Amino acid sequence: MVNSKEESTTKKDLLIVGFLCNWCSYGGADTAGVCRFNQPTDLRIIRIPCTGRMDPLFVVKALIYGADGVLVSGCHPKDCHYNEGNFYARRRLEVLKQFLPFMGIHTDRFRYSWVSSSEGRLWQQVVTEFSETIHGLGPNPGVHGESDAKAGMSFYT
Amino acid sequence: MRIGVFICKCGTNIAATVDTEAVARKALEYPDVVYATDYMYTCSEPGQDEIQQAIEEHDLQGVVVAACSPRMHEVTFRRAVEKAGLNRYMFEQANIREHCSWISKDTEANTRKAIDLVRMSVEKLRFNHPLFSSQVPINKRVLVIGGGISGIQAALDCAEGGLDVVMVERESTIGGKMAKLDKTFPTIDCSACILGPKMVDVAQHENIHLYAYSEIESVSGYMGNFKVDIRKKATYVDWDACTGCGLCTEKCPAKKSFDGFNEGLDTTTAINISFPQAIPKRAKIDPKYCWYLTKEKCKICQKICPVDAIRFDMKDETVVEEVGAIIVATGFDLVDHSVYGEYGGGHYPDVITGLQFERLVSASGPYEGHIIRPSDGKEPKNIVFIACVGSRDPSIGRPYCSGICCMYIAKQAILARDHIPDSNCYVFYIDIRAPGKNYEEFVRRAQEDYGVQYIRGRVGKIYPQGEHLIVQGIDTLLGIQVEVEADLVVLATGVAASVGAKELAEKLRISYDEYGFYMESHPKLRPVETNTAGVFLAGVCQGPKDIPASVAQGSAAAAKTQILFSRDTIETDPQIAKVNERMCIGCGKCIDVCPFGSIQWKTLRDGSQKAEVLDTVCQGCGLCNATCPPKAIQLQHCTDDQILAEIEVLCAGERHG
Repeated sequence: MVNSKEESTTKKDLLIVGFLCNWCSYGGADTAGVCRFNQPTDLRIIRIPCTGRMDPLFVVKALIYGADGVLVSGCHPKDCHYNEGNFYARRRLEVLKQFLPFMGIHTDRFRYSWVSSSEGRLWQQVVTEFSETIHGLGPNPGVHGESDAKAGMSFYT
Repeated sequence: MRIGVFICKCGTNIAATVDTEAVARKALEYPDVVYATDYMYTCSEPGQDEIQQAIEEHDLQGVVVAACSPRMHEVTFRRAVEKAGLNRYMFEQANIREHCSWISKDTEANTRKAIDLVRMSVEKLRFNHPLFSSQVPINKRVLVIGGGISGIQAALDCAEGGLDVVMVERESTIGGKMAKLDKTFPTIDCSACILGPKMVDVAQHENIHLYAYSEIESVSGYMGNFKVDIRKKATYVDWDACTGCGLCTEKCPAKKSFDGFNEGLDTTTAINISFPQAIPKRAKIDPKYCWYLTKEKCKICQKICPVDAIRFDMKDETVVEEVGAIIVATGFDLVDHSVYGEYGGGHYPDVITGLQFERLVSASGPYEGHIIRPSDGKEPKNIVFIACVGSRDPSIGRPYCSGICCMYIAKQAILARDHIPDSNCYVFYIDIRAPGKNYEEFVRRAQEDYGVQYIRGRVGKIYPQGEHLIVQGIDTLLGIQVEVEADLVVLATGVAASVGAKELAEKLRISYDEYGFYMESHPKLRPVETNTAGVFLAGVCQGPKDIPASVAQGSAAAAKTQILFSRDTIETDPQIAKVNERMCIGCGKCIDVCPFGSIQWKTLRDGSQKAEVLDTVCQGCGLCNATCPPKAIQLQHCTDDQILAEIEVLCAGERHG
């Protein structure tokens, strides 16, 4: 928890948008549900066929519109249902991550992970950790907010 | 558009932690939503009827169901709306069970989340368009990967039904693990006697083409039209000429070759036939041990072969087969017991695996069925069996039960008592798992009729003392320490995923679990299907199971293949990429990234070059969509507009709570 002063934010729901590939991570999230693995409730999942479908624009739009965090998750590298979609995703999303501070968005507000459809336990862990990170950062101050931009840029100074 | 929203209570699965009525009430406020309700079980027949009635009464043009995961019931609901006259793609499903009600007990937060999820689905639906499938012909041939009992059953069932079958087996003979067994539980019938005829059937069936000693190199295509590259490994023997007479194996001087069929209990010759009943019965040379291939001298087999079948210059060869469905039956391997230092870590010759014991006791094994100690050839008097070696043991990362070990050690103890009547057999076990038909009775027979001593507890240590092995364990029922002076120790080594299972899964684009077993499409209702259409599973590659279950799955996979092939064409999925030619700038980036080669150039009348999607090849991953600079290529049913609409309504809309 970074912002201990803002106690109220840890309790209140923040908004996290998840983009999950249909074949692995969406299934992994289903598995976590079937196993009743308790998770924070901030996440809203959008189903996409493959992380290769991820246009970096989707992440940026969500953050600009005010989402507090964005999580993209797909099949493990080499295990993509479409052979190589997640390799493209990995490159695009990594580049995107580097650029977020230039928009005044903390890089920690965005994460991508690889979770297979059998890994319900891992999914629970990913969601819990990421939600904690976002609650630590507090609500997204928006692209014009100063605190977030500073925190993000400090990575590169 | 006129939209109807149906919130499922799923009994109490959803209703217990989501206020479904509130979600339905809120949904009525959304644009285009003209009807919203909640219902006990929306997937049930009355639930589907209610949707269909509402479509009629309220003249609905689109339907949102908030219920379980779309991976569970999307097909069900699409069919339901189609019956009521809507296009099946005018439907969206919000996942408020697996992703919402089941993962938190906070009703307020869950209800807010369900409201958001429904809101997003409504927004996506507003941009949906009716989509229509096209038909492509099916290639009615099936590939069976793996020639164990499960693959054999699947191949024979398909072939008997009139299908062309291509079978690929990694080893030089089919038969798999079952061919190595002496007897089978709980009937103690001879394994070779029940498997042998089936192996012969495979060899003789006119519809089955067998590639033994071959592996899958690559797989491309899709359900109905797969293209498979098969690598025939070099045997250094022309199998068309070889008659399997065995003269070469008698004369070969390299007699210290590893004997995989006998689990390393014996050695064999560099040119060998795995076992007398091998199918195909053909010789192959093991290049690691052949004197000519390693030291360039010998060639005795070439001189002696009566049909001149030896080819020292043979190379691996790749053949291409086209099939419409694939049955994966790649079986399993044993857990490597050398991780257990307390059992000797594989260093004691008289501590053997269950499969090695099968070869010891088998009449076709290296000792012709006489149970002896591998170290000195003496007959053992005290035999200890240790259950759960590599099963139910989280400390080595294998928490699962292998399912077959309790039964096979009961059988092996009975066989040991049969072969050496004055021997003592001890079984150390954690629990006895005997849930099959006649299984429990069988274990009782071992205990009561054959006097096998069952000791409930684990073995802590095995160490050699003179000629014997001292087995130290604990009897947890009596609460005492037990020490047995054993002559032979048999480890009930558990089931592990087959070597190379993950690599094959990547070629087939199917999923596997953390232990390497292949994932079925649904753990209960789709046990032999995978998430890749047209690829089916059979046998232990999916998870530990015994012979009857493997055979049943083999038949089930064959039935699934027959169902797929009962039609002449299959419907393509219309959720594919589509090019807007007016926006396409002809950069060709989509052509470069497409993993399936499904986009090609098209020349318009004005001579300009545009991208064109081949409907039947596109798999709908959307990689081209994300790549296209002017966004001229759009994945139908998952367009940029739809995803952005979902994002906007979720993030930019007024936040509640």
